[in-house]
Amino acid sequence: MPSTSMPVIKSRPITIAPEIPISKTLKFWEGLKQGKVYATKCKGCGKLYFPPSADCPECLLTELEWVELSNEAEVETFTHVVIRPTTFQQYKPYTVAIGKLKEGVKVLAWLTGFKLSEIKVGMKVKLVAKVTPEGNPTYEFVPP
Amino acid sequence: MRKVAVIGVGNSKFGVRNDVTISELAFEAVKPSLEDAGIGAKDVEFVALGSVGAGAWYEELLPAVVTSEYCGLTRAGLVRCEAACASGSAAFFTAYAAIASGHADIAMALGAEKMREIDTPTSMEWIGRAGYYFWEFHNFGLTFPAYYALYANAHMAKYGTTEEDLALVAVKNHKYGAMNPIAQLKNRITVDDVLASMVIASPLKLYDCCPMTDGAASIVLASEEKVKELKVDTPVWVAGIGYSSGTANLSKRPDFVGLEASVLASQRAYKAAGITPSQVDFAEVHDCFTIAEILAYEDIGLCAKGEGAKLIREGQTEIGGRIPVNMDGGLKSKGHPIGTTGCSMIYELTRQLREEAVEKTRQVPLKNYVGLAHNVGGTGHYCYVTILKR
Ligand SMILES: [Zn+2]
Repeated sequence: MPSTSMPVIKSRPITIAPEIPISKTLKFWEGLKQGKVYATKCKGCGKLYFPPSADCPECLLTELEWVELSNEAEVETFTHVVIRPTTFQQYKPYTVAIGKLKEGVKVLAWLTGFKLSEIKVGMKVKLVAKVTPEGNPTYEFVPP
Repeated sequence: MRKVAVIGVGNSKFGVRNDVTISELAFEAVKPSLEDAGIGAKDVEFVALGSVGAGAWYEELLPAVVTSEYCGLTRAGLVRCEAACASGSAAFFTAYAAIASGHADIAMALGAEKMREIDTPTSMEWIGRAGYYFWEFHNFGLTFPAYYALYANAHMAKYGTTEEDLALVAVKNHKYGAMNPIAQLKNRITVDDVLASMVIASPLKLYDCCPMTDGAASIVLASEEKVKELKVDTPVWVAGIGYSSGTANLSKRPDFVGLEASVLASQRAYKAAGITPSQVDFAEVHDCFTIAEILAYEDIGLCAKGEGAKLIREGQTEIGGRIPVNMDGGLKSKGHPIGTTGCSMIYELTRQLREEAVEKTRQVPLKNYVGLAHNVGGTGHYCYVTILKR
């Protein structure tokens, strides 16, 4: 509730939950359930895409192949999110990091398994696929 | 392209404005801007509105239409511009282009935003979603402070910028905001206050963050012919505008120690205006978070890369320093009604350049009569830099 002492009329409430298509990235989401993190690679120019892209804006090809990423990453930056948005209220404060993989692409994900004071820019971490207790396929950084 | 001038400005009181609707709030800015320009609403041929939260954090899905009707602007050409927190500057550019191209002789850039009709965690949610929802919010719950905190930690690791340096930005902006009657937060604060405030997304604390604000600002622009016809006393000319953008995914950025969109937009603006950074008398920069002001110093060329913290430590961005920055209190203290901010920056530049009505304690000294507004949308997702010259 917004706290206001002013007289107001409450708007008619609606619930919105768009259904986001994953047909073109299905292999990625299925891969997470099997413990694999996939990127896509353009068969034309060789560019590697993470998050995986079904299309290549560099050479406009739409034939990209799936390649499994290594799990070796280095932290480029991080933050510990204390004040969470509405739909993340049920979680404890979490740490988000951006890590650069050996292959050159960067990944943004939660970083778990460290004390906050231990986390440093430049440290080595491991990227792993997982399924959350609620059943959502995802990926995160953990100690190597 | 034709020359274009700012001939009228208006700005509502910023703050929690649960006393007014989006239309009533817009009127508080439109009325003084029309009076300042010496024209009526019917004289405006094109209106560009900057507003982001339509249907999300405030009710009314078509705010351009409802605010225009309420302010008597119906029948003008009309559009809403979205460039996240740079929407006001995108609206200003759109109105400018309508005149520069010869389509219109008088146009209005209007910013109107209401962020306080919903609860704070839901506002945090909406703004956190404003990056790449699918890849960076859905599973990871980034908030707007968290996006900038990623930049803060990287900058601190690379250049030795400290949490005290960040705090100095908040202290400065509150100092000048306290002198600004339209500002939302008018309290003076100390470095210790900032350091002791609660952590929002490490290393950013409550006082490193701008507030969520309701507010409107209106800018009337005119062609050179119209400036002569209306016998405008002190037209303030648009000297140059530059723009750029950054990737939706933060993970696709080259680094996290500066915003590439700011670098490119400012270079284009300087080129369009035919000036160098040293010729700018004062600037408004996008300080949604304290780290953002330090990044801005470096990105728009007020100092070398990595020396932003030194600039604030030395007091170079205060009145009496090399280049005063955010003498209206900035987003940090004046407040940040997202779609309005770009227009509110132009309001401040115009009043400073006219040397009129600005509270004397925060009037900047003018040598070249050139001011710059740097407006970032999202986390470097959009950037507009606007240079005005009297
Ligand atoms: Zn390609």
